[in-house]
Amino acid sequence: MTDTQSIIAGARSDRKANVYEMIDQLFTDFFEMHGDQVSGDDSAIVAGLAKLSGHPVALVATQKGNNLEDRMATHFGSPEPAGYRKSLRVMKLAEKLNFPIITLINTPGAYPGADAEASGQGQMIAKNISEMLKIKVPILTLIIGEAGSGGALALACSDQIWMFENSMYSVLSPEGFASIMWKDAHLADKAAELMRLTPDWLLKQHAIHRVIPENMLSDGSLKTEMTGVIRDLSHQNVADRLKKRAAFFRRF
Amino acid sequence: MSSFGEHVKRFSSRSVSMLKHYQAKVPNGIWQECPHCHASFYFKRAGQYRVCPECGYGFRVTARRRLKMLTKNFEEWDTDLETKDPTEFPDYEHKIKKAQSVTHLKDGVLTGKALIDEYPVALGIMDPLFIMGSLGTANGERIARMFEKATEQRLPVVLLTASGGARMQEGIYSLMQMAKISQAVNDHSAAGLAYISVIMDPTTGGVTASFASQADITLAEPKALFGFTGKRVIEQTINKQLPDDFQSVENSYKRGFIDEIVSREQLPNRLSQLLGILEAKEWGDTK
Repeated sequence: MTDTQSIIAGARSDRKANVYEMIDQLFTDFFEMHGDQVSGDDSAIVAGLAKLSGHPVALVATQKGNNLEDRMATHFGSPEPAGYRKSLRVMKLAEKLNFPIITLINTPGAYPGADAEASGQGQMIAKNISEMLKIKVPILTLIIGEAGSGGALALACSDQIWMFENSMYSVLSPEGFASIMWKDAHLADKAAELMRLTPDWLLKQHAIHRVIPENMLSDGSLKTEMTGVIRDLSHQNVADRLKKRAAFFRRF
Repeated sequence: MSSFGEHVKRFSSRSVSMLKHYQAKVPNGIWQECPHCHASFYFKRAGQYRVCPECGYGFRVTARRRLKMLTKNFEEWDTDLETKDPTEFPDYEHKIKKAQSVTHLKDGVLTGKALIDEYPVALGIMDPLFIMGSLGTANGERIARMFEKATEQRLPVVLLTASGGARMQEGIYSLMQMAKISQAVNDHSAAGLAYISVIMDPTTGGVTASFASQADITLAEPKALFGFTGKRVIEQTINKQLPDDFQSVENSYKRGFIDEIVSREQLPNRLSQLLGILEAKEWGDTK
């Protein structure tokens, strides 16, 4: 197995499929909100209010699910327009209440379904990106597993973007890449090597801010780091923070 | 000659009369039927929360009774607001008097400052037994003032809604309450304060189409009816029968309009959890 393959295997590990476990490790008092107030409730997005080290935060996470039934319901962690609408609803509430936002990402991408397409998948991702860039409160993103395509970026237009050592972030999934480039999704391994989706390379490109060793979750130091960084971000002037957020993406 | 048929007749008429005799001895209200699942049960099984033991539906109770299920710590606001009967509607005064005596309220809502756990909130509870909680000038004014006071005192709002909709007897004055209260909700929201609504049975019409649907977080009581247009009106318009659970909060939840369905017993805990997050120490205070 090459390094890339082992990173992909780690990113797609079943251990990371249930984001509720991770929420319990990092936060307390999580109140989950449901529904987009338009069309439904997408279980691929888990969102709500919680406390981080005693302070209020809003959370938006993608969820793959524990068992086959849940994974079918979440389309293996691929949100639909209702999921993006729910995430935006929670982010807007966070902005109003002056709560920082934390997003936890593990998605191969937005769900490529016919209904999703017909109900404005592209438009909802577009709206999320545009709104996130304007949201006045601090936003921190942690990529825990997969982060593919616009479906991931729609939750990652943030002040700080962190990645677990064994996680991946790319323009689309290796399978999708292989199918577009060579019309054969089975060439995903070959695609993955070319796609440069590993945390170290992305850090060198300044496409992310930090690579996080995964033992920092279990030993509690990730929580401490997050708390410190959110506190620092909270003390920045809003205009400065938004300027920095914009400048980060402007360089590409 | 006594035929078999006559036997049956004599026997059954005797049973019916005995049944009537025993029925008359059972006091009213001992045996109750759930309007939602139609289960019959001994009234005490509904318990202090007045909930159907079979399906969890919460019976309609007065606002004062509902308050007791939520908190003991309550200071009432605007107790004297009473309708001035703006359209001089026939027999309206009589109807109001009757509703007042049933609910011990001047009009269909109870508002005030409450403590839920240790957290101060502006609390409103609509009363479904006051002309079906319909929205008129007096309860509308009370709700608007509750949001205004909450904005001044920087309190979150918790509002339990129950209403058949606009109060027909107050005509256009009733309709205008929707806009008046929505403005008060907007001002409260613009001040960065949170509003939690709790949908009770029934929440319909103009209340659904205004403040019940404008909360940051929308909770609901199990099996409550929640919708805009009445079921009968829709059926007569489209000439089709609608399913029994049409406009249930369970359906609204699936369609994305409710954050969580919470039992009466669990509501104080859930509100305390939420208020605990809302009142947690801000990040800016910590350096």
